[in-house]
Amino acid sequence: MRSFTKLTSKIIPLPYTDVDTDQIIPARYLKVVNKDGLAEGLFDSWRKLEDGSLNRDFPLNQDEYQGAEILLAGDNFGCGSSREHAPWALIGWGIRAIISTSFADIFRNNSLKNGLLPIVVDEETHTSLFDLTEEAPAVTIDIDLASQTLFLPGGERVSFEIDTFSKTCLLEGIDQLGYLLKHEAEIAAYEAARDF
Amino acid sequence: MGCLGIKKIGWFVRMNQFSHPKTLYEKVWESHIVAESDDAPSVLYIDLHLIHEVTSPQAFSGLREKGLKVHRPERTIATMDHSTPTISLSFDSADEMAVIQLEQITKNCADFGITLYDAESDGRGIVHVIGPEQGFTQPGKTIVCGDSHTSTHGAFGALAFGIGTSEVEHVLATQSLLQSKSKTYEVRFEGELPFGVTAKDMVLALIAKIGIGGGTGHVFEYTGDAVKALDMDGRMTLCNMSIEAGARAGMIAPDETTFDYLKGRPYAPQGINWDAAVERWKQLPSDAGAVYDKTVTIDVSKLEPMVTYGTNPEMGIQISERIPSLKNMNSAAQQSSLEKALSYMDLKPASALKGHPVDVVFIGSCTNSRMSDLRAAASILKGRKVAAGLRLLVVPGSESIRKRAEAEGIDKIVRDAGGEWRFAGCSMCLAMNGDELEPGQYAVSTSNRNFEGRQGKGGRTILASPLTAAASAITGKVTDPRELMQ
Repeated sequence: MRSFTKLTSKIIPLPYTDVDTDQIIPARYLKVVNKDGLAEGLFDSWRKLEDGSLNRDFPLNQDEYQGAEILLAGDNFGCGSSREHAPWALIGWGIRAIISTSFADIFRNNSLKNGLLPIVVDEETHTSLFDLTEEAPAVTIDIDLASQTLFLPGGERVSFEIDTFSKTCLLEGIDQLGYLLKHEAEIAAYEAARDF
Repeated sequence: MGCLGIKKIGWFVRMNQFSHPKTLYEKVWESHIVAESDDAPSVLYIDLHLIHEVTSPQAFSGLREKGLKVHRPERTIATMDHSTPTISLSFDSADEMAVIQLEQITKNCADFGITLYDAESDGRGIVHVIGPEQGFTQPGKTIVCGDSHTSTHGAFGALAFGIGTSEVEHVLATQSLLQSKSKTYEVRFEGELPFGVTAKDMVLALIAKIGIGGGTGHVFEYTGDAVKALDMDGRMTLCNMSIEAGARAGMIAPDETTFDYLKGRPYAPQGINWDAAVERWKQLPSDAGAVYDKTVTIDVSKLEPMVTYGTNPEMGIQISERIPSLKNMNSAAQQSSLEKALSYMDLKPASALKGHPVDVVFIGSCTNSRMSDLRAAASILKGRKVAAGLRLLVVPGSESIRKRAEAEGIDKIVRDAGGEWRFAGCSMCLAMNGDELEPGQYAVSTSNRNFEGRQGKGGRTILASPLTAAASAITGKVTDPRELMQ
């Protein structure tokens, strides 16, 4: 897993609440047996017009956001299905952190296992970040995971929560399976005790 | 360590005598803890792992890259359901990419020694239909699948939840998962369900009340008279849509209804093992005085059939109600969300949904494709014809259900009414297999998600019960099924 330590980027605003994983990547893109090429289907119905051409009004299609790595999303981002193709598609496009007021549980878990950082902020910060993207689309913010801090323009700092385990895995780029495999003996003992 | 303690005392239930009153969830959770730590999630043992063709290929690739084996292949069961055609038993008509995916799961199961319900298998069907049907799903088990509707299996008092593909790999390699304990949420349904109102209407009413994020971070336990009165098919419908309120899982305490359903199923305990299992399962219901982090109570005695008008499952109303008006929204965000949804659906605020024209009716999915769902639909379709120009698609949840339904003549009722009777699969619930809406079409669907484009790009979904769906197929518009029932 790619590690996550610090990030400086513009913020792409996506001001919709309850964005579900079918919007992030529709089911028709799930017929793959690897993780490649999924960015093509990211926000497919919103990014593309009916004739297949790009919708220039959609932020991800705008020149100023090419190369941006932070997505600012509405409440309850990633609800719906368990498809890990959703974070794979976001990462494939270049997103490395998502800021919202809340995330759906499975999406959050899947993101953390792929080096994609979900950041929960309070409503006031959330609103001020959307205001910022309107007033100054080109402005960048800094994310520092070690100190769990967002550095906003004008020197404002906002701290965010993350559990110690996920933080360590992200900072060091640790695949969680490695940690789980270290418990082989305890798993065997549990199985023996359950008398299968 | 907990595991040594368990070995000395026997099975987990006896531990409960020495501690505070526990919920069903806490009992199942605690009995599956392999290891706990202050600075990491718990290692939770998984009794049953279900896989399908869409969310498993990358997990097997991960195993191969790392040189790992499947730790307990007999604890994983595989099926093909999402991208499989429903027009024939063979997969010849599947598109090229679906074929590659189906070939991949066949190879993966063969290479790693996993039982697969493939095209030729009588037991094949939707993963959340066949688990219970074959008796794999049992009270007190931990059950996972790379599929959010795994919550279905909680109907048996199992702790069942959806996981991502990384976690599928974790379970394959270790039969365990890293998990943090959820909060508990009692969802109490009181009263007696009125005629023509079903489990589907109960769960849509719940989601409309608490919202699609209302259960985030929680595991539901459904309690109350109205839940006790449901058969297992209804309980599965209820638990199935727990995830649509954002809950990690939904559970129902096992009782005689549960045991009656499971007894004699191919993979249920048999003989003296059955009696021992039932005794164990009887210890699972939440103790008197157990405390939940949250509780909501819903009186179902005045509930009407529910229909959704928007683009997520919380946007639901009773069928006699009108679509909300913009001015009744609590916040600007809610207002813009409603505007966006109604614009997609091409519906007007404050208008009636009942009577709105419908192009397609889909009866199927892991929510509503079991025998009692098909019987309910057939009770309305029998001796009638679907409206001119309307397409009715009925897709049984498993091949076994299809055959039972055919033995009862349900296929004939559907065909005589002018509907299409299909082979088992997920079909138009998520439109991966060629069964899909055309842009702009309205569907009344017994599935679980009305997200934009879920049933086909540009398609518009109205979620409802099998009764409401069948009634709408006959009239060609959104219809209160009670008007067509004896």
